[in-house]
Amino acid sequence: MSLISWGMYPKIKNQKFSLRDTTTLCNYIKESKEFIPFGNGRSYGDSAINENILYVKPYNNFLHFDESAGVLTCQAGVLLSEILDSFVPRGWFLKVTPGTKLITVGGAIASDVHGKNHHIEGCFSECVEEFTIMLEDGTIKSVKKGDELFLATCGGMGLTGVILEAKISLKKINSKFINQTTIKTKNLKETFEAFESNKNLPYSVAWIDCLAQGENIGKCLLMVGDFADDGNLEYKSKKKLSIPFNFPSFALNTLSVKAFNWLYYAKAPDGVSKQKVDIDTFFYPLDAIGNWNRIYGKNGFTQYQFILPKESSFEGLSEILREISTSGKGSFLAVLKLYGKANENYLSFPIEGYSLALDFKIEDGLFELLNKLDEIVVKYSGKIYLTKDVRVSKETFEQGYPQIDKFREFRKENNMDSKFNSLQSKRVEI
Amino acid sequence: MSYVLIIGAKSDIAKEVARTYAKNGYNLYLAARESSSLEDLKQDIEVRSGVHVELKEFDITAYETHESFYKELQEKPLGVIVVSGYMVEQKLAQKDFNESLQTINVNYTGAVSILNIVANDFESERRGFIVGVSSVAGDRGRKANYIYGSSKAAFTAYLGGLRNRLYESGVSVLTVKPGFVNTKMTENLDLPEKLTAEPEDVANDIYNAQQKGRNVLYTKSIWLLVMLIIKHIPEFMFKKMSI
Ligand SMILES: Cc1cc2nc3c(=O)[nH]c(=O)nc-3n(C[C@H](O)[C@H](O)[C@H](O)COP(=O)(O)OP(=O)(O)OC[C@H]3O[C@@H](n4cnc5c(N)ncnc54)[C@H](O)[C@@H]3O)c2cc1C
Repeated sequence: MSLISWGMYPKIKNQKFSLRDTTTLCNYIKESKEFIPFGNGRSYGDSAINENILYVKPYNNFLHFDESAGVLTCQAGVLLSEILDSFVPRGWFLKVTPGTKLITVGGAIASDVHGKNHHIEGCFSECVEEFTIMLEDGTIKSVKKGDELFLATCGGMGLTGVILEAKISLKKINSKFINQTTIKTKNLKETFEAFESNKNLPYSVAWIDCLAQGENIGKCLLMVGDFADDGNLEYKSKKKLSIPFNFPSFALNTLSVKAFNWLYYAKAPDGVSKQKVDIDTFFYPLDAIGNWNRIYGKNGFTQYQFILPKESSFEGLSEILREISTSGKGSFLAVLKLYGKANENYLSFPIEGYSLALDFKIEDGLFELLNKLDEIVVKYSGKIYLTKDVRVSKETFEQGYPQIDKFREFRKENNMDSKFNSLQSKRVEI
Repeated sequence: MSYVLIIGAKSDIAKEVARTYAKNGYNLYLAARESSSLEDLKQDIEVRSGVHVELKEFDITAYETHESFYKELQEKPLGVIVVSGYMVEQKLAQKDFNESLQTINVNYTGAVSILNIVANDFESERRGFIVGVSSVAGDRGRKANYIYGSSKAAFTAYLGGLRNRLYESGVSVLTVKPGFVNTKMTENLDLPEKLTAEPEDVANDIYNAQQKGRNVLYTKSIWLLVMLIIKHIPEFMFKKMSI
C-alpha cells in the first residue's frame, strides 16, 4: 500500500516506516539513505512524497497540558482534530488552524500553516513555544523560538529533520459558535473594499466565483466573524459523509462547475447577512465530506495557491482571474484570503497581501495554463505555496523566496540535504 | 464514572479502543503483561480526556491468577473488552506445537478463563457489557491460517453462547470480527486498501456497536459480505483454492 498525498498525484511506489518510538527511529535514520516525513498527507502535492516515507501519524501521544498557561505538549503525529475533541469542551481552541483539522501537528509546523486569521495572528509557528526534532545523525535537539533551527524548520517542509514533540499554546474561547457575517460582492473592487473594512475582525475568507466574466470578475461571498460568547462548548465531531470511489473524469467539466458556482453564489442573500454557525461549519466545511478529493477522478488534482504583495494584489488578481475565466478550466474552490506581515522563517509562505487558492483536476493543458499563471505571479512579485505544489519550476519558486540560499546553505552545512528529501525538494533543488 | 477493563491493552486496536472509551467519559483499567510500558498511553489518555487510568499487570495465560486479579479491582468495571491476541505464521505453528498451544491459550483458553469470572459477576449484578475481539479468520478454516483461525472460531462460539446465557440478566455480549487492520502486526504486509481498516475506525465501530447493544460486528462492514461468500463456497471447491 503506497502512501499518496491529498491530490492523488503523483502516485509512486514507496516504502513506509511507521514512527512509534525514538529508538527505532534513530536506527532507521542511520540506516536509510534518504527519506521524507509524512504526516496525514493533507498537503496536495509531492512535498511529503518520496520512495522512502517516514509515517509520523502513529506517533501521537498527548504528553502534558498546562492549564494555567493553556500550553499543550504533544507528539508530532497528533491531529488537530484530536486537540479540538479534547479541548474545545474545556474552552480552548487553536490559535491558528488551516481549512482542515485533519492534519498533524508536525505537518502544521513543517508547512507553517496559516488560517483565516493570518492578518491578526500570523502563522502556526507563532503558537509554537518549543519543539524537539531528530536530526540526520539521530540526535534529538530541543528548539526554541529564535533559534536558527526554528527559522529553518517552521515552513521547512520536513527538510531539516523529524519533528518529534511540540509545545503549542491554545487560546481561550467561550463558545463553539461563531457569529458570522456574509457579504456578497459584485466584483473584485467591492471584494477588496469589503476585506479592508472588516480587517479588525479576527477571521475572514472569501469564496470567489472564478468563472465570472467581464464586469463580474472577482465577485465573491466574503465570510467574516468571531467567536460568540454564549458559553456553549458541547463539541462533538459530526459523522461525516464519504465519497466511496473516484468519480469518472467527465463528472467535473466546466458546466458542472458553473452550475455549482451559480448555486453556491445564488444561495446567499444579497448584500450583508448574519448567521451563527459552529466551529466545523465555519473553519472546516470540507471535512464534512470524507475523501472529497475523489470527485476529481482517479488522475487526481492539484491546488494552485499563490500570494501577491498588497500593492500589486488588485492588478495581479484581476489579470489572473481573467486568464482563468478565458481558459474555461473550472475550479470548485477559489479561496481568497487577506494576510498580515510576513515572519522571519526562511520558507514560510505568507507575506502581507492577498492569496488565492484554486483546485484544478489534472488533465491535458493544465500545466500549460499554470505556467502562464506563474508568469503573472512572478511579474507581480508573488510566490507559490509549497505545501500545495506539485509542478512549480525551480526558477519560479526561487523568485518568491528570497531566503532560499540561506536555507540551502543551512541544509548543506548540517548534512540535512543528504538525508531528508522529497520529490519536491529535488525538483526545486532545496 | 464507571470503569472499563481492557484486557491485552498493548495492541494498536486496544490503544484506540481505550482512547475512544476515555473520550466518552469512562475511566480505564488497562491490563497487560509488563504494564509499565503503558505509562505513555496512560499519560496520553489522562491529558486527552481527563479520566482516571490505572495500569494492571495481567497475563492471560496465567489462569490461576485471574480470580485474584479480578477480585482485587477496587471498583468492579461496568464493561470488559478482551483484545488480546496471538498470531504467528501458520507454517511456524504447524511445525512447532508450542506455537500452536500459545495461539490457542492466548486467543481462547485464557479469554475463557477471565471471561468466566467476569460473566459470573456481571450476571449476579444484572448489568455490564462484554466485548470480545475475535476475527474473520474464525469464520472458516483456511489452509493459510487455520491454527489461528480455529482458536478464533472457538472464541467466537464461546462468545455466542455467553451472549445467549447472559441475555436474561441484561448483560450484553458483542463479538467483534475485524478483517485487515493497519497495525504494527500488519505493517509489512501488502494489504488491499479497500479492505483495510484503521485502528481508530475499528475502535469507533466497537464503541458504537457496544453502546447500541449489537451482537456481532464486522469491521470494516464489507467483511460481512466477503465472509458470507467465503463461507458458502462448497468444501470440494474450497480445498482446491489458495485462499
Ligand atoms: C481541505 C484542505 C484545506 C487546507 N487549508 C489550508 C489552509 O487554510 N492554510 C494552510 O496553510 N494550509 C492548508 N491546507 C494544507 C495543509 O494544512 C498542509 O499541507 C499541512 O502541512 C498538511 O499536514 P499533514 O500532517 O497532512 O502533513 P503532510 O501533508 O503529510 O506533510 C506536509 C509537509 O510536512 C512535512 N512533515 C509532516 N510531518 C512532519 C514531521 N513530524 N517532521 C518534519 N516534517 C514533517 C512533510 O515532509 C511535508 O513536507 C489545506 C489542506 C486541505 C486538504
